[in-house]
Amino acid sequence: MTAPTAPAATRRRAAVLPIPAGAGLARMVVLRNITSFRHGWIALVTGFLEPVFYLFSLGVGVGALVPHVTTDRGSVVTYAAFVAPALLAASAMNGAVYDSTFNVFFKMKYAKLYDAMLATPLGPRDIAVGEVSWSLLRGGLYSAAFLLVALLAGVVHSWSALLALPAAVFIGFAFAAVGTFATTFMRSWVDFDYITLAIQPMFLFSTTFFPLSTFPTPLQWVVQATPLYHGVALERALMLGEVDASVLWHVAYLLALGILGVVGASRRIERLLLR
Amino acid sequence: MTDPRQAVPRQPVADDVLVRARGLVKTFGEFRAVDGIDVTVHRGEAFGFLGPNGAGKSSTMRMVGAVSPVSGGELRIFGLDPATDGPAIRARLGVVPQADHLDEELTVEENLWIYGRYFGLSGRQVRERARELLDFAQLTERARHKVDSLSGGMKRRLTIARSLINSPEVLLLDEPTTGLDPQARHILWDRLFRLKRQGVTLVLTTHYMDEAEQLCDRLVVMDHGRIVAEGSPRNLISAHSTREVLELRFDLDDHRDRLDDVDGVGERVEVLPDRLLVYVDDGDAAMSAIAGRGIRPLSSLVRRSTLEDVFLHLTGRSLID
Ligand SMILES: Nc1ncnc2c1ncn2[C@@H]1O[C@H](COP(=O)(O)OP(=O)(O)OP(=O)(O)O)[C@@H](O)[C@H]1O
Ligand SMILES: [Mg+2]
Repeated sequence: MTAPTAPAATRRRAAVLPIPAGAGLARMVVLRNITSFRHGWIALVTGFLEPVFYLFSLGVGVGALVPHVTTDRGSVVTYAAFVAPALLAASAMNGAVYDSTFNVFFKMKYAKLYDAMLATPLGPRDIAVGEVSWSLLRGGLYSAAFLLVALLAGVVHSWSALLALPAAVFIGFAFAAVGTFATTFMRSWVDFDYITLAIQPMFLFSTTFFPLSTFPTPLQWVVQATPLYHGVALERALMLGEVDASVLWHVAYLLALGILGVVGASRRIERLLLR
Repeated sequence: MTDPRQAVPRQPVADDVLVRARGLVKTFGEFRAVDGIDVTVHRGEAFGFLGPNGAGKSSTMRMVGAVSPVSGGELRIFGLDPATDGPAIRARLGVVPQADHLDEELTVEENLWIYGRYFGLSGRQVRERARELLDFAQLTERARHKVDSLSGGMKRRLTIARSLINSPEVLLLDEPTTGLDPQARHILWDRLFRLKRQGVTLVLTTHYMDEAEQLCDRLVVMDHGRIVAEGSPRNLISAHSTREVLELRFDLDDHRDRLDDVDGVGERVEVLPDRLLVYVDDGDAAMSAIAGRGIRPLSSLVRRSTLEDVFLHLTGRSLID
C-alpha cells in the first residue's frame, strides 16, 4: 500500500468543494493583519465594549425589574445570567463581522491589498481563509474579554462555561465567513446598510434578551433559522450548564455556514480580482 | 553597494526562453484588449512594450504575471502554463504594477517583510533581504516611516524593492516611471540598470520613447492590442524612420497649408498640430534647401529620429496625446 500523493489528495478535495487555488500560506495573511493592528490596537478595544455595556445596562439594570427568567430548557436563572451567554455570542459576532465587512471592503476596493497579494504565490483561497481566520480570532478575543468581565460580574455559574470560548470560535467562524462572502458583493459604502439591517434585528431577537417561547410558533421557526440563534443557544447551554446533544447540532450549523462562506468568498475573490 | 540578488544562485536552464506568447488574446466581453500577439523574452534581456494609452500593455503584463486568465492563444512563462501553475510562476516573478498597491497601514520595512512572507520566506530571511533592498532603493533612513509619508518616487522605489524580495528571475514593470519628475525618473533608471547588469530579466511597459530607448534591448510597439513593429530601438529607427528629422514651425493655424513648401525635400513629411516633421538623412542640407526656396519658418530644429517617429510613422498618431 502506498500513501496517496499530495496532488491526488488535493484534486479529490477540490472535486468535493469547488474552491479556487491557494498556496497554503493563509497564515501570512493573518500575520499581515497582526502587524497592521500593532499600529492601531485601539480599534480592537472599542468593538469589545458594546456587549459589556449591554451586560451592565440590561443584566444589572433590567435585571432589577425582572429578577428571574425560565430558559427554554426549563432552568430558572437571574436575568443577568440569562443575557450574559447571549452577549458573549454577540461579542464573537461583532468582532467577526466588523473585520470581515468594513475592513475587507476597504482592503479590496481602496487599498488594493488583495491585488498585491495575488501577484505573489498566494491565491484567492489563501486570502479568504486568512481573512476569515483573522476575523474569527478577533471575535474570539472579544469573547474572551467578555467572558472575563462576566466572570468578575458573577454571572457565570457552570464549569462548562470553560467551553464557551471554543464555542465562540465557531460563532466567529460562521459570521466571519458569511461577512467576507457578503462583502464581495458590496458596491459602495452605502451597501453596508444591508449589513446593519441584518445584524441589528438578529442581535435583538435571536433569543438574546428573552426566551424562544415568547415568540408565536411561526416566528420561532424564523428565529431558529438565524445563525446568531444557534450561537446564543450554544453559549447559553454551556454557560448555564444545560449541555445535551443539541449542542452538536448548533455547532454543525455554524460550521456548515462557515465552510459555505469561505468557499463562496474565495470564488468571488477569484472572479473579481483575477479578471 | 550590495547585490540584492546574491542570496540566490542562478540555476542553469536548458531553455533560455522565459516568456513565450503565441497568438495571445485578452478579451473583456466583446472587446479585444490584446489581439493575438507573439512575444518571446530571453533570459537576461530587457524587453519593452511601447504603446499609447489603451494599447493593451497592462492587460498583457497581467497575463504574463499569471493573475489574468488568457482568453486565447498560448502563453508559457518559464515553460509553465499560468492556468495550471500560477503559484509556481508567481514565486519566480517580481511584479511592479502600474499603481503601487503598497500596504499603507504598514511601515516601509514592514511592507518588505510581509510581502516576503507571502512568498513563504522565513522571518529571518525577509529581515536580511529587506536590509539589502532598503539600501538598494535608498530608503534605509525611511525604514520605520509609514508609507503615506513617502514621495511618489520613493514609493515607486519601494515597490521595486518589494518586487525583488523573492530574488525573481524576471521583473515585470508596468510603466515604472509614469508620473515621476525627471530627477526621480533618472534615479529609478539607474536602479533598473543595476538590476539588468546583475542579470535580472526586465519586462517593462512604457509610453515614453526615451525610457524605451534607454532601458530596452528589444521592444515591440503596440497599438490597439496588436504588435505593429518589433526590434531593437536602433533597428526600429533605421527600419521605419530616417536618420534625422527637421522640425519646422510656422505662424499659422493649420500646418497642412505649408506642405507644398517642403515637397521633395525629405523622404516623408508628418503634420502635427503645431509643426511639420520632415524626415531626411541630412538635416542641415535639408535646411539649406528650404532656405534656398526662400521659405522662412518661425523656428526650425534638426534632431535625430526617435521611437516617437517610428510610432508616428506606423500608426499616424503620437504616443502621448
Ligand atoms: N477589466 C477590464 N474590463 C474591461 N475593459 C478593460 C479592463 N481592463 C482593461 N480594459 C480595456 O482594455 C484596453 C487595454 O487596456 P490596458 O490597461 O491593457 O492598456 P494599457 O496599454 O496598459 O494602457 P495605459 O497606458 O493607459 O495603462 C483599454 O481600452 C481598457 O479600457
Ligand atoms: Mg497600463
